[in-house]
This record gives sequence, C-alpha cells and structure tokens, in this order.
Amino acid sequence: MNKVYNNRAWWLILPMLLLVAFSAIIPLMTVVNYSVQDVFDAHTRFFTGTEWFKEMLNDPTLQAAVLRQFAFSLTVLAIEVPLGIGIALLMPKKGWQASAVLILVTMPLLIPWNVVGSIWQIFTRGDIGLMGWSLRELGYGYNITASPVDAWATIILMDVWHWTPLIALLCYSGLRSIPDAYYQAARIDRASKWAVFRYIQLPKLTNVLVIGVLLRFMHSFMIYAEPFVLTGGGPGSSTTFLSQSLTTMAIGQQDLGPSAAFSLIYFLIILLVTWVFYTAIMNMQKDDNKEA
Amino acid sequence: MSHSSPTTPDAVRQRAAAADNRRRRRARPASRQWRRRGLMAAYIVFVLLPIYWLLNMSFQSNTEILGGLTLWPENFTVEHYAKILTESSWYMGYVNSIAYVLMNMLISIVVALPAAYAFSRYQFIGDKHLFFWLLTNLMAPPAVFLLPYFQLYYTVGLFDTHVAVALAHCLFNIPLAVWILEGFMSGVPKEIDETAFIDGYSFPRFFVKIFIPMISSGIGVTLFFLFMFSWVELLLASTLTSTDAQPIASVMTQTKGASGIDWGALAAAGTLTILPGIVVVYFVRNHIAKGFALGRT
Amino acid sequence: MAEITLKSLAHTYLSDPRSPEDYAIREMDHVWHQGGAYALLGPSGCGKSTLLNIISGLLEPSSGEVLFDGEVVNALPPEARNIAQVFQFPVIYDTMTVYDNLAFPLRNVKTPEARVHERVMEVADVLELTPQLKRKAKNLTADEKQKVSMGRGLVRDDVSAILFDEPLTVIDPQLKWKLRRKLKEIHQRFQITMVYVTHDQLEASTFADKIAVMYEGQVVQFGTPRELFEAPNHTFVGYFIGSPGMNFLEVMARDGAVMAGETELAVGQGVHDAVTRANSTNIKLGIRPEFIEVHAEPVDGGMPVEVDHAQDLGTYSIVYLTLGNISLKARIEEDQATPTGQAWLRFPDEYLGLYVDEFRVEIDHE
Repeated sequence: MNKVYNNRAWWLILPMLLLVAFSAIIPLMTVVNYSVQDVFDAHTRFFTGTEWFKEMLNDPTLQAAVLRQFAFSLTVLAIEVPLGIGIALLMPKKGWQASAVLILVTMPLLIPWNVVGSIWQIFTRGDIGLMGWSLRELGYGYNITASPVDAWATIILMDVWHWTPLIALLCYSGLRSIPDAYYQAARIDRASKWAVFRYIQLPKLTNVLVIGVLLRFMHSFMIYAEPFVLTGGGPGSSTTFLSQSLTTMAIGQQDLGPSAAFSLIYFLIILLVTWVFYTAIMNMQKDDNKEA
Repeated sequence: MSHSSPTTPDAVRQRAAAADNRRRRRARPASRQWRRRGLMAAYIVFVLLPIYWLLNMSFQSNTEILGGLTLWPENFTVEHYAKILTESSWYMGYVNSIAYVLMNMLISIVVALPAAYAFSRYQFIGDKHLFFWLLTNLMAPPAVFLLPYFQLYYTVGLFDTHVAVALAHCLFNIPLAVWILEGFMSGVPKEIDETAFIDGYSFPRFFVKIFIPMISSGIGVTLFFLFMFSWVELLLASTLTSTDAQPIASVMTQTKGASGIDWGALAAAGTLTILPGIVVVYFVRNHIAKGFALGRT
Repeated sequence: MAEITLKSLAHTYLSDPRSPEDYAIREMDHVWHQGGAYALLGPSGCGKSTLLNIISGLLEPSSGEVLFDGEVVNALPPEARNIAQVFQFPVIYDTMTVYDNLAFPLRNVKTPEARVHERVMEVADVLELTPQLKRKAKNLTADEKQKVSMGRGLVRDDVSAILFDEPLTVIDPQLKWKLRRKLKEIHQRFQITMVYVTHDQLEASTFADKIAVMYEGQVVQFGTPRELFEAPNHTFVGYFIGSPGMNFLEVMARDGAVMAGETELAVGQGVHDAVTRANSTNIKLGIRPEFIEVHAEPVDGGMPVEVDHAQDLGTYSIVYLTLGNISLKARIEEDQATPTGQAWLRFPDEYLGLYVDEFRVEIDHE
C-alpha cells in the first residue's frame, strides 16, 4: 500500500507512546542505572562501570541457566510447532463441532500461568495425581522431586499442553483464510495430500508461523510461574530457568547491581535471537522478490 | 437428449462395475475421516485430562483427596466453592483480577487503535524504528522489570492498586494490540478512507462510524489476545499488589496453611480461573474461525 | 477425451427440498459431444457453476448420473475423472515458479520429466508465458496468473474436458478479447471438449460452437448462436440473447383477430390460427427489434405507432415505440431515416415467434 508521508501521524501515536514509555523507558533506565552501580543503601552507592556485566557473564551458574534455557526453548519449539500445525489441520471446519473444538483447544491458553503449574502439580503428584499415580502403578518410579529427567520431561509436557494451542489457533485461523478454490484446483490438478499441504497450506501459514514461533520463543524464554510452582526449579537447579534465577537474585538476595546487569544481558539475548530470526525470514522473502 | 437404458449385457456389466467402484471410492475417505477424528479426540483428551483432574479434586473433601486416589468424587461436595464464594479474601481476588484486566483491555485498545491506524496509513519520521522498538517491548521479560516497577509505582503512590497492574501490563499488551490491529487495518483498502473524506466525514467521525466497524473482527481478535495475556500474567500482578488489589492467582499461592496445602480449595479456585477464559473464547470463536492472518504480508 | 452425458441430473444444496425452487439444478438431460467448444450461458445464480462443479466432480449431484463415454462417474472424485477446470479467480501456487506451476498436474501423476518439459514448453509458447517461466508465480499480474491457471489445465493432453468458470472476470477488456481468441485457437489445435461458463452473450458466442442457455436451474435451449438469436426456444432466451432483447406482446384471439390488449395486430392467417389453437391464458408473440419494419409513411398492413425517442448507437439506433399501450423497441440501421412522432410498423410473419406458457410453438405458415 502506498502510504502518505505525513508527520501529523505522530499525534495519533502520541498517547500510545506516552503510556508505553511510562511502562518501558523509565523502568529500563532504572535498570541501566543500577547495573553500573553498587548500592549499599539509599545514600551510599559507587560507580562500578562494566564490573557487574563481567561478573555475570563469567558466573558459571548463570551460564548453565542460559544453556538450560536455550535447551528448553528449542525443545518446546521443536515439539509445539509441528504438533500445532497438525492439530490445526485436524480441527473441524464447520458446525458446532468447530466451535466446541476451538473452545476446548484454546482453554489451556487462558488459564493463569501459576494455575497451570498448580494443575500439573496436582496431576503429576505420586500420591494424589492421576498421571503420577498411574505411572507408578505401571511400575515406573516417577518422581519429579528426585529425578531431573522426570522433572524435565514433565515441564516440557506441561509446556506442550499449555502452549501448543497457540500455534494451533494461529494456524487454524490462517488455514481458514485460504479460499476453497485453492483446494478445488488442487483436486483438479490431482495433487496429493502432501502436495496440498506443501504448496497451498504451508505457504499461507508462513506469516502466522513466523509470529507463532516468535511469540513462543519469547514466552518460553521468559517462563517463570509454571516451573516455579511445579518443581520450584529443582531437583537441584535442573529446572531453574533464567527468570527464576533473576527473581531470586533481585528480590530474594537484593543484589541490585548484579541482577540489573543480568537483566540487561537477558533482555539483549532475547532481542538478538529475535532479530536474527526476523531478519532471516525477511531476507528469505526479499530474495523471492529479487528473483522476479 | 440421447441416452439409453442399459439393455445389452455389456452395459449392465459396465454399470455394475461403476457402482462397485463407487462403493470402494466412498469407503476410503470415510476411514480417513475416522482416523482424523480419532487423532483429534486423542488430543482433546490430552488437553482435558489435567483439567478433569482439577475439577474432580475440587469436588472432593480434603480427607478424600488425601485418603487415596479416586477417579471421580465419591463424596461429592461443593464446600470449597462455597468457601471461595463467601470469603471475601478469596472472591475479592477474582474481582481484582477482572478489574485490572478490563482496565488494561480498555486502555490498550483505546491508544492502540489510532496508533495502528497511523502505522498502517502514514509514513512519518522514525516510523519503522518506532515500530521495531514497540515490538522489542513484547520481548522484555517481566522479571527484568520487577524491581524498577515496584519502585516506580511505589514512588508515584499507585502501589497495590488496579491501575498499577493495568498500566504495567500495557508494557506488552499495547505493542501486541498495535501489531495485530495494524495487520487488519492494512487489509482495508485506502480508497475507503478517501471516499469517506470526500463525502465530508471528519476524521474522528469516519474513524468511529466507518473504520472501526470494518475491522470489528480484528478488534475482537485483539481483545481476545489482550484478555489472554493480562489474565494469565502473574509475576508483575503479584509484585505490584499486596492486599487491596491482589489477583486471584496470587491469593491461590497462599493456600499453604499449617496443615499443608488446602488441595480442595486450590483446585476449586483454579477451576474458577478457567471460566472467564471460556466465556471470552466463546465470544470470539466466529472471528477466529472466519480466518485471519496476523502480521504484515 | 470424452463425451459427457448428464442423465436426469438434479442438484439441491438443501437437505430437505420441497419445491422445484429449492433445486439449484432441476432435473435435466444433456450431452456434451467429444471435441466441441461449448458455452454455458445464463444470469448469475442460474446454476451454471453448480453444473460445472458437478461435471468436474467437486460436487456430487443429489440425483441423476454423470457419464463420461457412457460410464457413470458420479462417485469418482475430480482427481479420478481426468478433467481440468479453470476458476473465476486465478489459483496459482505462490511459492512455485511459473514452470513448476505448469508442470504440477503432470508431476502429480509421475509423468517422465522429459515429457513434462515438452508439454510445459508447448503450453507456455501457446499462452505466451515463455519469458515468465522462471519467475515466481506470486509476482505475476492478474492476467498472467490466470494464464498460468489455464495453462495447468491445458498442459494435460489426455484430459476428458476442460471446464472454464467465468475465467476472464478479472482480466482487462482488451486482454479478455485476446485470451478468448487464444482459447479458441487452443481448442482448434488440441480438439479437447471445452465448456465455458459465462454470463456474457458476446463472450459465449465468440467462443462456442453451441451455447446452452440456463435459466432457473435448467438448460432452456441448446443451439448455435444463430439458432438462439433467430428462434429462441423460451421467452427467457429471447430476452437474454440479443441487445436489446426480444419484444414480447401478450396476445389473445378475439372476434377473429389477434389482440394485444385493446390493439388489433396485423398478422397473417397462419399466426392467427396458431394463436387460436393455443389453449392457454399465457400466449405471447415475440419479435426481435432487428426484424420489426418501421416506416415513416403508412404502408399496407402497417400499424400506426407513436415514436417516443431514439437512441443513437453509432452504426444503428434503437427507437422506442408505443403501440396502443405496449412498448416496443426496434432497431434501425444507420442508412435508414429515424422516424419521429408517428410511424407505421409491420411484423413480418416469418420472424414472429409464438410462445405458449413461455415456450416456443411452431407456427405453420402456409
């Protein structure tokens, strides 16, 4: 679309800008401020420069948390994206079944995050939980408080349960926007199911998938409430992700300087990954145009 | 026009073969249909099982819960629900949550609508950078902002109010709303605007009377996402409140009494947090089923 | 290649049809012969596209049979019918190049790549798509996209038929003409049965050898453009074909004369007898504006009329006349003087059509 050049458009942006600035810029400045100081009390503080950043980057527990975080995010993306697409393809398209399935599938998305943790805590406990009890009855010594493998598997299962619906919902909606004529033409062209998916459905899903993957990456990278309620980060620190390390440091230990520096590093990692992903996608689309 | 009924043996055989063929053809898609339904049903069971367990437990007394595993409530009781709906420390949690979520939805949509319109229709100094900066706010981990928020809202005297949480959630909800709405608005041809202005509409009247109805399904979808992300967020909401504006999600974390966790109350409270979401999906289901494609194409 | 027969075919979208109006296609029989170029012409909502989708197998008819070369194909899905269909709006596979788009229907049935190449190059040449072959289909213009859509149908040389569902709707008028000629050319070259759905009579008559006119879910006439023009089978065909459409006068035989309302019509004995014999309250006489004789001076057997106004359309003009209280249109060639005020009409008997209950009845001119 040809957009008109008009700087008065700023007036339309202004209210939004003020609000977001209030919620984003002021706090961010505070964080930056802390990150370069050592605060003893309200009146005593020293300028430390990049000291905290160096310390944080060399902290082995945080390095481990970062690795753990990446492992977690990539795992859930690898499961949730294909599964979500599959569910979207399976969801009925018409009638009351469509509404019913849509509501059922979306349900986990609208449950407060710590309640999600509680639901899974109740579900997986060995004594009163259906899943934990069943696994034990089947002879598997399931125990998320003692076995890191069990804890990991459970958190991933919980995340799949919680977030696959987002991918499914976005894809379902994307699929619904494909006109019938495309499917009809494909039948006339004797295209296989796979060819229909590969050449009609997937191309139309590219945009929603980019958004879905971005949102999922960002949220999985910020995950806090669900594992905190379910495992408390344990056993040991095997399921302690970045948000939890950060909150423990900032609120629990009141280490303002280091935690501020850590915050900024954390934020930058997310920005960087998202930016790389985004530009990669955009470049792919640009190349398409250049070929023309 | 010319056609003949099958009188020759050959023709009869041909028709029989065709009929046979028809039966075979029909049989195959039907079995595929059932496989699809089977897989879908399996996924729905996976979604519902943990929720069923929560529901099951919410109708059991704590003695039954701890006494051993039962697949359904044998002594059906609504005592936990009664407790939640009568004790103000419990039900005020819901009131608080709903209050700040609604405030946030209202604020976000009101400021996001004109902003999204500006992004979709005009070029201006710094538009692209501004848009990118907006999106980066979506990526800010709430944990990063916990402490500064606490200090900021404490300083301006908003600590433990609904407004504080509503404003804090604007951090990610406004960018999200602008992003989604911009996509929908770009799908509306510009000629609509021009025609309206030629017809003598002022900008505000055009915007309210013509433009907003045209993107109503976009607004529906946006409100759905705004509700979703504000309703489910806990970290900021619980940090910025203590007693007066405490959300239900953080009331729930305090069910650990002297005698251990009050499982029944926890389950009942959890069940009640699911209901508003179901209502919201019910309202937007048609907008979603109509199909939308988020983002710029 | 096939002859397509429709046998007592009917279709409804409702689960519980009560009256004939509930049917999108009312019971009909029809044959499309192998190698013909046909048009299916009718106003929007008359069931043209439904009929096309039934032939291609996208829809299964509620009753009746579709036969390809005498074999019932009702239950065969489109992919098994070996048929090509081009839709109103271009359907292309965005992510593929034009070449891959054209090759797609062939590759789907595992055609050897050498054969694919040969066919794609041939079709691209016919449709003048050769320079675009390597481009991504997404970046083409609307008419190029539609050419690609058509090409995917043409590339299969073994198809039973190619069906076109108003394929030129999105194309600019000039290109429309060109593409239509292209289709005609392709038809002559490959001799494939083609059925072309349209609501534009000009499009239908330039493309097709025979036109089926559809009205309210039925084919009311199937004939050459000339037959449709000269002897419409049904009043609807009279209205719909020709520009302007046929004049119809409601008539009855009274006191030994043919009366249109209170006006006595000057018609021959054969017409009079036919009107007298028709046993109905719905009798109409039809005459094309082209065949009405308009005279400025009184003539033998002429009926006096008032000239309301005339519309000059360049090489001819249309005059609007009032006979008694009936409005008529007549076409006057440019070399003829356009009358004003008063004029005299004659209906040549051989061009008068008699319609009883909307259907044409032959008049026996002795």
